Amino acid sequence: MAEKMAMAKAINESLRRALDADPKVLVMGEDVGKLGGVFRVTDGLQKDFGESRVIDTPLAESGIVGTAIGLALRGYRPVVEIQFDGFVFPAYDQIVTQLAKMHARSLGKVKLPVVVRIPYGGGIGAVEHHSESPEALFAHVAGLKVVSPSNSSDAYWMMQQAIQSDDPVIYFEPKRRYWDKAEVDPEAIPAPLHKARVVREGTDLTLAAYGPMVKLCQEAAAAAAEEGRSLEVLDLRSVSPLDFDAVQASVEKTRHLVVVHEAPVFFGSGAEIAARITERCFYHLEAPVLRVGGYHAPYPPARLEEEYLPDLDRVLDAVDRSLAY
Amino acid sequence: MTVESSAARKPRRTAAGKAGTTGSKTGATGTKRTTRTTRSTAKKSTDPDLVQLLTPQGERVENAEYDGYVAGITPEELRGLYRDMVLTRRFDAEATALQRQGELGLWASLLGQEAAQIGSGRATRPDDYVFPTYREHGVAWCRGVDPTNLLGMFRGVNNGGWDPNGNNFHLYTIVIGSQALHATGYAMGVAKDGADSAVIAYFGDGASSQGDVAESFTFSAVYNAPVVFFCQNNQWAISEPTEKQTRVPLYQRAQGYGFPGVRVDGNDVLACLAVTKWALERARNGEGPTLVEAYTYRMGAHTTSDDPTRYRGDEERLAWEAKDPILRLHRYLEASNHADEGFFAELEAESEALGRRVREAVRAMPDPDRFALFENVYADGHALVDEERAQFAAYQASFADEGGH
Repeated sequence: MAEKMAMAKAINESLRRALDADPKVLVMGEDVGKLGGVFRVTDGLQKDFGESRVIDTPLAESGIVGTAIGLALRGYRPVVEIQFDGFVFPAYDQIVTQLAKMHARSLGKVKLPVVVRIPYGGGIGAVEHHSESPEALFAHVAGLKVVSPSNSSDAYWMMQQAIQSDDPVIYFEPKRRYWDKAEVDPEAIPAPLHKARVVREGTDLTLAAYGPMVKLCQEAAAAAAEEGRSLEVLDLRSVSPLDFDAVQASVEKTRHLVVVHEAPVFFGSGAEIAARITERCFYHLEAPVLRVGGYHAPYPPARLEEEYLPDLDRVLDAVDRSLAY
Repeated sequence: MTVESSAARKPRRTAAGKAGTTGSKTGATGTKRTTRTTRSTAKKSTDPDLVQLLTPQGERVENAEYDGYVAGITPEELRGLYRDMVLTRRFDAEATALQRQGELGLWASLLGQEAAQIGSGRATRPDDYVFPTYREHGVAWCRGVDPTNLLGMFRGVNNGGWDPNGNNFHLYTIVIGSQALHATGYAMGVAKDGADSAVIAYFGDGASSQGDVAESFTFSAVYNAPVVFFCQNNQWAISEPTEKQTRVPLYQRAQGYGFPGVRVDGNDVLACLAVTKWALERARNGEGPTLVEAYTYRMGAHTTSDDPTRYRGDEERLAWEAKDPILRLHRYLEASNHADEGFFAELEAESEALGRRVREAVRAMPDPDRFALFENVYADGHALVDEERAQFAAYQASFADEGGH
């Protein structure tokens, strides 16, 4: 029975379902218990599942991920919350040197089904370290999977799939979309976790995005339609692995690609997409793959973030440039 | 909505922080002793900070706190500890030689730390879980891991080499201190499961400076996790002495976290056995974590890449050689008539056979299949890995097409 719910609520319901279904699933993090998380994503879970399933941890990110690895080695399936994007770095060592590699090091004997939830991205007027998009830093590491839903339904289902995965999954939650509502059908048959989806069909140019930028791209496509341009919008959903087949299929149709993300453009996921699509679709492309994203600068103070973040005009400018070739 | 199962919530263990909050110098307060025995012939240990049951001269000394944990030890078991240490040292020497011969890329020798490792390793039960660093060859021996398996990663044919669940002995961890958190998390899981096993994490004095070790102390104390932190203070973190890591004796760090810390003579296998048994028993009884600092010495280099002559003098090494862990048990076995010439001769032959076996096994170790590169990167697979494996296969096949090899 489908129900309209905000993304934060959808993740909450998804965690609830997972905790209910499997006694080995744990939720861990700073403030996830009584408070329900600073965004209330875990609201009410500790009340219903108890302190040993929904665990308030000490303020130590490396400790959270490191102990989650130990719990996973013992057969648990921890879902840990890093409170904000910029706070993941104390845990980066555990994620990169341990979580990502232990399955390979053990020649497959050890599985680490750990989900690391990271509310990420800007647009909410936060102070520094609360608005970053570090997904490329994780996608670069073999052994990790990196996903980011753009809507409530995906948030719900991708969380189910991430928890069921035997691989560590970095689950980036676009915090500025937490309060956007959409239908969630808990009985639906979800798309595979790493499959991209065309969210708007078009013929003139492809906009590829994930997480918080999908909505922006949909708005851009709507605005472009008023100017008589038909843009296709692709929600990548997964950054690693990335569904290049879907991007290729779209580009073979539209012959133009603009990738949009909040993270800095330099060495970002857009660079990887541009390179691979150029390899795959060189003779189909009528313009170089263009990228719209953040600048090579620290994420700015809140009063400047609107300048930093991709907005409608920057996306449409890129569309104009691409189509002008 | 179901509430979590009662089994997962049942407080199997006693209240957290009960033991060790008052803490004597050895931190042993608040803990029950199962047995207490003293030997009328034994001398008293002179250093109250250091738990010692065997002096460097091989004399048994009395320790009211810990004697009970080795009270029933038989001559056969004593000979077993001796054999473990001798064979471990022989294995280590062979590995060092193999590195010098170019058969291994690197080796981290345990020379001098045999008592700390064998004593603590023999204190564990099969259902306990061990998280080593990369020097715990003696502990691996005690856990039944074939020593030749330890050499794969040093030879460069794998990054692990054994099934961690085969002997409840986790893979070696190279990043300093990371495994202390894995041990703590695993112990949290043990507690959740209501199991009565314990977990032991090994690390060195250098690791005590790492945030992960501090965080593992915090987590283990907060969740009263059944974990023993076994710090082998071998005095040197590559070239940096313990004084560069801490201003207080390491075992005293535990007090700040609310659990006991004990310093044991790390060159005394009996004391290491007793103290570790005590700490593991505390964990099993729900009394939470313990820090054991085994005060010992790395007689060799940090690894075969290191040159200790640049940062420490002979005098120090000679002073520690006089405290050699194997020598002191040898003296005790002889003085107490627990071992005869035949035993030592037989062990010598066994050592040589082990050395030979290790040498042959290393030389016979096959290089991994080239496609192993792409194996087990992910449990559930990954499109990019599949794509790159296919490219790699095509590249390899291109040599065959050209009539190459």
